[in-house]
Amino acid sequence: MTTTIDNPVMRPVTTVPVPTATYLTPDGQLVSSVPVGASYADDHTHLEWGDPLVPGAVVLDEQVAPRASWSGVVRAGQVLTIVDVGGNQSGDCLLYNAQHTDERYSAPDTLAWQDNAYIRTGTVLRSNLGRALMTVVDNEIDRQDTIGGACSRESNTLRYGHHVMYHHGCRENFLTEGAKHGLGMRDIVSNINWFMNVPIEDDGALGIVDGMSAPGKRVALRAEIDTLVLISNCPQMNNPCNDFNPTPLRMIVSEPDTDLEYEADA
Amino acid sequence: MALAADHSTDTVLNARADARAQGGQVSDWMPYLPASSSPFCPEDVAADSLTWAETVAPGGYTHKVLARGTRFRLEDPTGEACAHTLLYNALEPTERLNVADTQKIPWQAYLGAGHPLLSGDGRVLATILTDTSGRHDAFCGTSTAAWNALRYGTALPEGPAPAGRDLFVKAAAKHGLGPADVPPSVSFFQGVRVAGDGSFDWFGSSGAGTAVELVAELPLIVLIANVPHPRDPRPEYVVGPLRVHAWRTPETNPTTPADERFDASPEVRRAYLNTLDYAEARGL
Repeated sequence: MTTTIDNPVMRPVTTVPVPTATYLTPDGQLVSSVPVGASYADDHTHLEWGDPLVPGAVVLDEQVAPRASWSGVVRAGQVLTIVDVGGNQSGDCLLYNAQHTDERYSAPDTLAWQDNAYIRTGTVLRSNLGRALMTVVDNEIDRQDTIGGACSRESNTLRYGHHVMYHHGCRENFLTEGAKHGLGMRDIVSNINWFMNVPIEDDGALGIVDGMSAPGKRVALRAEIDTLVLISNCPQMNNPCNDFNPTPLRMIVSEPDTDLEYEADA
Repeated sequence: MALAADHSTDTVLNARADARAQGGQVSDWMPYLPASSSPFCPEDVAADSLTWAETVAPGGYTHKVLARGTRFRLEDPTGEACAHTLLYNALEPTERLNVADTQKIPWQAYLGAGHPLLSGDGRVLATILTDTSGRHDAFCGTSTAAWNALRYGTALPEGPAPAGRDLFVKAAAKHGLGPADVPPSVSFFQGVRVAGDGSFDWFGSSGAGTAVELVAELPLIVLIANVPHPRDPRPEYVVGPLRVHAWRTPETNPTTPADERFDASPEVRRAYLNTLDYAEARGL
């Protein structure tokens, strides 16, 4: 469903998705622009629900609805498998020391320690104190992003125009989910985007482009300390971070049977 | 012992005289008060317009609240400075530098003239007006104690290799902000470039005498830690002094539609619109 907005300040806007809220139509009907149930095109979207990437006892197995948020604590030694069920669905992710949330994921520390701008198998996801929070023990796409940040109502106005102000965004999800753990604005920092593709070109040009993932692709993270994981199943409707088709994620926490190959170095 | 022998401090009066005799000395790194007394006032700036003049020590930090519209210039006189920088909206410090948006929104990872330093709230905190270095970094952040302990064997704040994050935490505390208020930062004068496989190529410094000049688009808390870049390959903790000057005149305004940079891109135009909207509503 689209509507036309005459915007006298900015470049003219033709068709935009309607705001995601219940509203009254001119003929008096109360309708919701939030799709009922899943918002992906479920009649023709191929879904692969996958399995844990590491053998072991499953202690938690949950689905994250399209556009929704999720959180959970992964205990030290446990492995979190994230399944990109519908393919190219960005799972925006923040990590915290579960006991002391002032210690949280740090994109720059993660990148500076490993001397590389992309997350791959073996990457140690570090905190703002340089400590290992989690290690990527398996990963089924070439590279994962931690440069692109999270979408927000506010940054969406910069990228796409003020007509998208009432679109849902990942920062909204982080605030919703973080509030359950006493976290707020101060606690949102540069995040990870599982299954999102942000190439950095020679001249420094960078941007979110078509993804390299596919239905059922996975990443597995071993917790090095008890780690609070926040997820925003990205609801962005204006760029290819989810193929313009938000799909579910599956979060599986297991107690691995065997020692994993990649050892954190701190 | 040797130092004590230079002082006569056996009574209160003697101690007072001894302390007072120390005034008026100069150091290679110090603030200059009033700012107009700066021995390093930039040639193109009227000394009496200066509101901040300081040489930041190697391994030191500084911080200041700046009025909206203030110009501030960072200079690297030796080619060894590395100005790790954080910016906050001084009125609502939960609004602060957002490095991801600063790289993503302009579609450009490398900082340079014209680049907006964006908050997470869709506004411009400061704009880089001029840049004669071209070697900055928004990927690697600053150093942590764990990193410096690994690299230099020590990271004690009172020692020879303090970590940038630890300095930021102290600077933030002096504005009532805590460790959770210290997000990823950017650094000026020492850079990296990203190779095709994602690895960082050390780009380092472009030499002595470069400068970046910024304009405060909102009232700002500015925190600066002058410590080595975390990817500086040298085994020693090498960092040089950093010069800071800020000034205000009737001509130093925040960016408005009258400025060419206001329309440099559709993204930055909307960011300036958001910033002006906030300032108007607050009566700034």
